[in-house]
Amino acid sequence: MENRPLEYDYTVAKLFMMNAIFVGTVGMLVGVIMAWQMAYPEFNSFLGEGLAEYTNFSRLRVLHTDSVIYGFVLSAVWSSWYFVGQRVLKVSMAESKTLMIIGKLHFWIYFAASAVIVISLLLGITTSKEYAEFEWPLDLGITVIWLLWGAGIAGLVGMRREKSLYISIWYYIATFLAVAMLHLLNNLEVPTMFATSPAGETMIGAWYHSVSMYAGTNDALVQWWFGHNAVAFVLTTPIVAVIYYFLPKESGQAIYSYKLSLLSFWGLMFVYLWAGGHHVLYTTVPDWVQTMGSIFSVVLILPSWGSAINMLLTMKGEWQQVASSPLIKFMILGSTFYMFSTLEGPIQAIKSVNAIAHFTDWIVGHVHDGALGWVGFTLVAAIYHMAPRFFKREIYSKSLMATQFWVQTLGIVLYFTSMWIAGITQGMMWRAHDEFGNLAYSFIDTVTVLHPYYTIRAVGGTLYLVGFLMFAYNIYKTTSARRVEESELQNASPMGA
Amino acid sequence: MFHWLEKNPFAFALGVFITIAFAGLVEIIPNFVQSARPLVGTKPYSTLELAGRQIYIKNSCNACHSQMIRPFKSETDRYGHYSLSGEYAYDRPFLWGSKRTGPDLMRVGNYRTTDWHENHMKDPAGVVPGSIMPPYGWLYDNMTDIDTAYAEQLTVESVFAVPYTFNKDKGTDKAQLIPMRDGSTSIVLIGDNIADARSLALEEAKLIVADMKDENIKEAVANGQIPEIVAIIAYMNSLK
Repeated sequence: MENRPLEYDYTVAKLFMMNAIFVGTVGMLVGVIMAWQMAYPEFNSFLGEGLAEYTNFSRLRVLHTDSVIYGFVLSAVWSSWYFVGQRVLKVSMAESKTLMIIGKLHFWIYFAASAVIVISLLLGITTSKEYAEFEWPLDLGITVIWLLWGAGIAGLVGMRREKSLYISIWYYIATFLAVAMLHLLNNLEVPTMFATSPAGETMIGAWYHSVSMYAGTNDALVQWWFGHNAVAFVLTTPIVAVIYYFLPKESGQAIYSYKLSLLSFWGLMFVYLWAGGHHVLYTTVPDWVQTMGSIFSVVLILPSWGSAINMLLTMKGEWQQVASSPLIKFMILGSTFYMFSTLEGPIQAIKSVNAIAHFTDWIVGHVHDGALGWVGFTLVAAIYHMAPRFFKREIYSKSLMATQFWVQTLGIVLYFTSMWIAGITQGMMWRAHDEFGNLAYSFIDTVTVLHPYYTIRAVGGTLYLVGFLMFAYNIYKTTSARRVEESELQNASPMGA
Repeated sequence: MFHWLEKNPFAFALGVFITIAFAGLVEIIPNFVQSARPLVGTKPYSTLELAGRQIYIKNSCNACHSQMIRPFKSETDRYGHYSLSGEYAYDRPFLWGSKRTGPDLMRVGNYRTTDWHENHMKDPAGVVPGSIMPPYGWLYDNMTDIDTAYAEQLTVESVFAVPYTFNKDKGTDKAQLIPMRDGSTSIVLIGDNIADARSLALEEAKLIVADMKDENIKEAVANGQIPEIVAIIAYMNSLK
C-alpha cells in the first residue's frame, strides 16, 4: 500500500473539459454567426423576424465574448488546474472528501450559473460593462464560484507533498487573486431594490436591476482597469500556467531557464496592471493616467516575451518534434502568437497609433490573434494532452489533429489580416480631409468599404470553427478509442493513425 | 533568492497581491478625488430619458456606437465639440463604447430628429443606404419599463445625491432648497410615487410622439402606454 504510486482523481477535471468543448463550440458558433451578420446584415434575423430581438448582432455580441472567455477559456483552465494541481503538488483529490465536494460544487454551481447567464444576456439583462455584464445576483454567484476555486487551491496547496511550488502554481495563484480583486471592485453596484423598497412597501421595477457605484469618467477608469486586466488574468496568466506545465511534459524537455521564468513572472505581475490606461487614450481620463498606460504597455513586451522565449527555447535541440507531433505544433504556434500579439498590443497602445486604431476592427483583429492563436491553441493542446490520461486511451486520430491545425491556422491568418486592413482603412478614412479642410468621407462610406474584409473575416472564423468541430469529434472518439493504455505515460501523448 | 518564497504559499500570495494591487491604487484613487463633478448645464436624465437609456443598454447599442468624441479635428468636424469629463457626471454606467461600427452618438441630439430616428430604427438601410445596422422592430411593439427607471432615479437621488426634485416640491421653498450642484437653475422633476412617475413620463412621451408619424405609436401613447421606441428617442434627443 505505502509504495503504490499516487492515483490522481480526474472527476472534476473531466467535467470541466467536457464543458469547455461544449461551450467553446457554442461561443465560436455565435461568433461566426456575428461575423456573417456584419458582412450580410440580413443574417440578423436568421431565425425569422419574430425572434430577431434575440438573434441580432448586439444581443449576440455579449453572449459571444462571455461564452468564449468565461465559458470556454475558464472551463479549460479549470480542467487544467484540476489536472496539473494534483500532479505538481503530489496530492490526489481523492485523498480528501472535502476537496472533492468543493471541486464538484465548483463545477455544478458554475454550470448552473452559466445557464442563467446565457438566458439573461439574450433577454438583454446587462450592466453594459464589457466582460462584466452580469447583474448583481449573478455577480454574487460568480463570487461564490471563484471562492470555491480558491478553497480548492488552498486545500491542495495545504496538503502538498512537494515542498516547492512549481511555476504553473504561481500563475494559478496570481490568476485567482487578481480576478478576485478585479471582479469585486469593478462590480460594486447598488441594487435598486434595496434603495427603493423600505420594509413593508412593494418593490419598484425589476428586482435584479442595479446602479454602478461609479459615474462617468471614474466608471470608465475602473472598468478599463478591470477590462484590460481580465485579459491579463483570464487570458494570459492561466494560459502561461498551462504552457509551463504541458510543454515540458509533452516534449520531455526541461524549461529553458528558471531565472527567465522568475523575471518574467514578477515583471508581468508588476507591469500588467498599469497598462489599462491604453483603453482610454484621448478620452476625459487624466492625461498622466493615459501616458502611464501607454508607456507601461510598451514595457509589457519584456515580461511577455520573456515567457514566450522561454517556451520556444525549451524546444532547443528538439525541434524535430514540431514536425512530427501536431500537439507540439499547437503549443509552439500558440507561443508564437503570444509573442505576436504582445508586440501588436503595445504598438496599438502608442498614442499616435491608437488615434487611428481605436474604435476600429484592428482592435478586434488583435484580440482574436491572441484569443484564437495563443489562448485557443494552447488550451486545445492542453486538452489533447489530458484526454489520453483521463480516458487511458490514445488520441483517436493524429492526421485529424494535423488537419485541424492547418485549417485553424489558415482561419486565424485570414481573420487577422482582414481585420488589420479593415481597421487601418477605416481609421484613415475617418480622419481624411480634402483640400478645403472638409471631411473627405461620410461615415457610411467608411462602412461600405469594409464589406470584402468582413466577408474574409467570416470565412476565417468559419474555418476556425470547423477546426474546433474536428477537435470535438477527435476528443469524443478518443473516449472510446481502440487502444487502451495500461498506465499513464510520462511524456508524449500517444496518438492513433 | 526566491526559493524560500516558493516554499511559503502564504507569503508568496501576499507578495503577488501587493504587486498587483499597487498600480490600481496609484492610478485610480487620485482621479476619484476630483473628477465626478458635473459640468455647468449638465442635467440628470428625466424618467423617460433614463428608461430610454436602459433600453439602449438592454440592446447593447454601445457595442457598435461610442459616446466619446476625441479631441481631433476630424471628430469635432463630424460629431461636434470633444467630450468633457463633467458631461458624464450623471452617467451610471458610462457608455463610451470600444468600437465604432456605427457613428458616435454623444451629441446625436444636435443633428438628428425624432422623425429621423423613428424611420431609422425601423429600417436603417432604407434611411442610410449601405447601413449594416439591423432593424430594431421590437422597439415598436415592446412597452417601456418606466418603473425600473424610476427606481433607478430614487436610488441615485438618495445614494449619490443626484439633484432630482420631487413633483410635490415644485414651486415650493423646498425645491429651491435642493440646489443643482452645477449651479444651474434647471430642475429635473421626478414623481412622488410610482403612479406620479408614470404620468410624468407619459407627459414627456406625448411631446415626443407629436413629431412621430406611426399611427400605432400615437394611439398607444394616447391610451396611456409608452412603446420602447418613444423612450429611446427621448434618450437620443437628450444627447447633446
